[in-house]
Amino acid sequence: MKSKLFAALAILMVLSLVLTGCQPTTTSPGTGGTDGPTFKVAIVVPLSGDVKTFGESTRDGAMMAIEEARAAGMRIDVVMADSKCDAAEAANAANKVITQDGAKYIIGEVCSSASIPISQIAEQNKVLQISPTSTNPVVTINEDGSVKQYVFRACFLDPFQGEVMAALAIELGAKSAAILFDVGNDYVKGLAEYAKASFEAAGGTVPVYEAYTKNDTDFSAVLGKVADANVDVLFLPDYYNKVNLIAQQVKEKGITAIMVGGDGWDSPELDLNLMEGGYFSNHYSPDDPRDVVQNFVKAYQEKYGAIPDALATLAYDAAKILIQALDEAGEDNPTLVAEKMAAIKFSGVSGDISFDAQHNPVKKAAVIKVTGGKTEFFKFVAPN
Amino acid sequence: MKLTWLRLPLKVIAWVVYMLLAAGIVYGVIGLIRLNGPVFFLQAVLDGLKLGFVYALIALGYTMVYGIVRLINFAHCDVFMVGSFASYYAITRFGWGFIPAILLAMLICVLLNITIERIAYKPLRDAPRITSLITAIGVSFFLEYFTALKFVFGADFITYKRPFEVVVWDIGGVLLTNITVIIAGVTLLLLILLLYVINQTKVGTAMRATSMDKSAARLMGINIDGVITLTFAIGAALAGAGGVLYAIAFPQIWTFMGIMPGLKAFVAAVLGGIGNITGAVVGSLLMGEIEVLTVSFLPIGSRLRDLVAFLVLIIVFLVKPTGILGEPQVEKV
Amino acid sequence: MQVLRRIPSWLTTAIVAVLVFFLVYIANATRLITPYVYIVTELAGIAAISALGLNLIYGFNGQFSLGHIGFYAIGAYSSALITKDFVSRWSGGQFTAFSWLLAGIICMVLVLQSFKWLHLGSMRKRLVNNLSYLKPYEQMILVAIVMIAIAAVILATGAAAAWLLQKGLNIVLSVTIPALPAVVSKNLMLLLGLLTGASLAALVAYLVGLPLLRLSSDYFGIATLGFAIVVYTLLQNSDLVIATMKGARGMVEIPRWTNWTWVFLLLLVSVIVMRNLIHSSHGRAILSVREDNVAAKAMGIDTTQSKVLAFTIGGFYAGIAGGLYAHLQGFLHPSTFDFVRGFDPLIIIVFGGLGSMTGTLVASALFSIIIEGLRVILPQGFEDWRFVIYPILLLIIMLLRQRGLLGSVEWGWLNAPYVPVRDIPLASGVDGANSGEEV
Repeated sequence: MKSKLFAALAILMVLSLVLTGCQPTTTSPGTGGTDGPTFKVAIVVPLSGDVKTFGESTRDGAMMAIEEARAAGMRIDVVMADSKCDAAEAANAANKVITQDGAKYIIGEVCSSASIPISQIAEQNKVLQISPTSTNPVVTINEDGSVKQYVFRACFLDPFQGEVMAALAIELGAKSAAILFDVGNDYVKGLAEYAKASFEAAGGTVPVYEAYTKNDTDFSAVLGKVADANVDVLFLPDYYNKVNLIAQQVKEKGITAIMVGGDGWDSPELDLNLMEGGYFSNHYSPDDPRDVVQNFVKAYQEKYGAIPDALATLAYDAAKILIQALDEAGEDNPTLVAEKMAAIKFSGVSGDISFDAQHNPVKKAAVIKVTGGKTEFFKFVAPN
Repeated sequence: MKLTWLRLPLKVIAWVVYMLLAAGIVYGVIGLIRLNGPVFFLQAVLDGLKLGFVYALIALGYTMVYGIVRLINFAHCDVFMVGSFASYYAITRFGWGFIPAILLAMLICVLLNITIERIAYKPLRDAPRITSLITAIGVSFFLEYFTALKFVFGADFITYKRPFEVVVWDIGGVLLTNITVIIAGVTLLLLILLLYVINQTKVGTAMRATSMDKSAARLMGINIDGVITLTFAIGAALAGAGGVLYAIAFPQIWTFMGIMPGLKAFVAAVLGGIGNITGAVVGSLLMGEIEVLTVSFLPIGSRLRDLVAFLVLIIVFLVKPTGILGEPQVEKV
Repeated sequence: MQVLRRIPSWLTTAIVAVLVFFLVYIANATRLITPYVYIVTELAGIAAISALGLNLIYGFNGQFSLGHIGFYAIGAYSSALITKDFVSRWSGGQFTAFSWLLAGIICMVLVLQSFKWLHLGSMRKRLVNNLSYLKPYEQMILVAIVMIAIAAVILATGAAAAWLLQKGLNIVLSVTIPALPAVVSKNLMLLLGLLTGASLAALVAYLVGLPLLRLSSDYFGIATLGFAIVVYTLLQNSDLVIATMKGARGMVEIPRWTNWTWVFLLLLVSVIVMRNLIHSSHGRAILSVREDNVAAKAMGIDTTQSKVLAFTIGGFYAGIAGGLYAHLQGFLHPSTFDFVRGFDPLIIIVFGGLGSMTGTLVASALFSIIIEGLRVILPQGFEDWRFVIYPILLLIIMLLRQRGLLGSVEWGWLNAPYVPVRDIPLASGVDGANSGEEV
């Protein structure tokens, strides 16, 4: 009797597993438009976790571009997934949107460490991915150096950004720098390496080059080393919330070095009082006088009530690039769209974009200064 | 085989080796101090004390609960997190000062822990111990993820607002902040209070008796349920205070912030001898110092800070399994 | 006397097993279930293998180990290194990692065996006895010098042997394996990778278990927790030693060769081996250690050997599960192996019932169904509630059924083997009251 019961239980379990798999999947923000094929686009961004504002800005910027495309007659289905800027979560989210929801195009992710696993899953499943802001080179190339056919990005690369940061430090008269970086994050570690290489190539010294892990909160020992070395510049290439935490403890150690960072600082939640006198490199500045920038800033402000940060701008551009490629291809075929995208000529808010052999655009960086409790445009730096 | 002729050379070799070892340790410490200067060394020691005192407050909760009910209370670190958040809301929403905020945090943590104990642990007091352990793990997950929901605390990293300005005193090159002083002061105060309660009051004697032998204590007319609830309450109060102090020292709070400090505090409690209050404090201070000194002096120390701490635990276990100040376990046959 | 016809229990169990296998296989082949559900089923199988290992260590042997995830990680990373070598030659050759690992494991085992053969333990005692005329601290020094010298000689020999063996293995492998058809060599490399990874995990379990298993229950748990965290931290910094492991940033581009067939076959073998082990005399020794350590010793059972055996085999199982996991995701990140995730196998075995293999299998299936099923069931925007509902369910189960779902009940063939009771005829003239009883 008992054995029958257990057998029934076992079979019931397998059946229930099969049945849950047969459930129709739900999608969010609906369709629109009248004719042409329906494109299913997934937006995979960190909507929770330590860089929440990045995900929200990216989603807002991308949705703005998609809604403009819908108003012009394109049919686009959107699926959202929260990847929390975490590699494992991003892999799960990518698997889910590709296999469960059937998305063929992905806009995401923000963080390089999350984009890298997504790029592999996308590449294997022949799904097109365009990342608005992942700056680490490894996102679009494999370990052996070959280019991933289906992966693109809309931003500059970290080697260039590292150069910009180092050149800025030299310009400010720095001879020695300390660099603190997160050892578990591809973006932060990569940017730190490139900044160090550039700074040393330009004649500076880096007496303190210390790693920490994502969960560290106690920086007193590491900052003690920085204080001891008496450096001119402190490079903090991490995201805004970690930088906030470190900056709080910097003051306690009596460190007076100028703080320099990368595009990870760009968030309304960056504590501008703490970062007073600091600089960071970014993808665009809302003070750029060009018409296309000012129009975008105004439209975004009307729609969302805030000035767009670089994340929103790049997401808008990335979505627009995807839409242009979809338009040019005309059919729901990611391979064809990828070919069109590789050859695309696009002019957007963050600059003119065309992809080089590694699917990376050539763009200039905007250096932003933090002064008087606000951010202020400092200058543009173009790649040589 | 009487190798009596070997005695003298052996004696010499032995003494030489031991002298070298001792000299090595002394030379090593002096070398450390001279490496970056005595100021740097003292600064590192001070930072280690700061961290160690906060760990001590958390570790005391773990060790007291284990001593009484032999339960590793995995949810303790989340009570600590709730203390931080409670004080955060007190400071930012209601504009309270430091002392009211810390008292509120302690109160809320006490109420929370008593509720958890009544709902989750009390019904399982006679169940196998692993069941209570799994329940503790479940409570821990629940607290972390429930508070991460949008309508509770949210999953964001919130920058904590300190209830007072940071003042830095420069004493001959060594920087002392009022944060370190306050942490040390509050911890020592609470410790003295706790030791007084445990050793000089009737309830304290009841607690000590219950931890020694529950059934005998029951026979003596001690209200076991009351004592256990009181232990959980005191542990929670200390954790709440620890949460506030931790948030002041490292001003960023999020709902998973308790996991790592909780684990380290627990390991510190075990290091010092679990069930032993002085041991918890000694272990925590040692743990804090090891962490900070590793980062300050080892070449890639900042990446290995957790590794060294846990290696020390394993080594201590191999030498003295019950911890530094622990009582040797009597195997009743 | 009527002999009742019984359907052999292995038949019913085999039928259920075959049914389960083909149900999932066909459902996937005909796309009846989405690839997402397929992956979840495979993950459930992998969790079952790992949980079976922990059930042996804790459920049957009574050793509270929190370090299971460390062995899982070791199995995952080492098997990944081997197959990645085969596919993309990160170390320069196709079989370098494999030959080094295999040679290392074999030679380490030989070294440990030679320590045993030389009776180093008793050698130490005899040395101390002979030197009783010396002061204790002098004794310690001499004994230490002699032991370290012997150990160093043996280790050096072992290292040299490993180096030679590695060269030989490399040559043999580079000749034989590429000669095989691609499908065969791919699956062969996967199997070899999994087994080597698991062997490494088992070896580490042996080395770690020897000093730690004499600790009593709670302290053993904490020490193994420390071990798991040490493994985690080492993995986070692994890029300092092996660049392709990329430390805390995660290892990528691992060939995704796991499929349901592999998971099911390995799970089947694991269950068969475990069942046979438990119902053998070794298994009974393992169980007796859990029940009463002192009584077991009094009966002449070598409790240390039983504990080490259980711990090592449990580590092996965890290694296999880890290897399968690595080749499922194609991508490994140390955060998957932190101690919080290490609670999963513990929760599964307590949930299903400690000391019940059927319970573990049922619980791992339910566990995956609950967690992933909630992800699908909950409306969008409420996915965060998954980890709020799951602990509540856990709490309710713990409060209602304290011994777990199945307690220590087994089903079908997993039960103890049926031993027919013989009816021994008693000689006439013996006390009549006993004549009807079975012996």
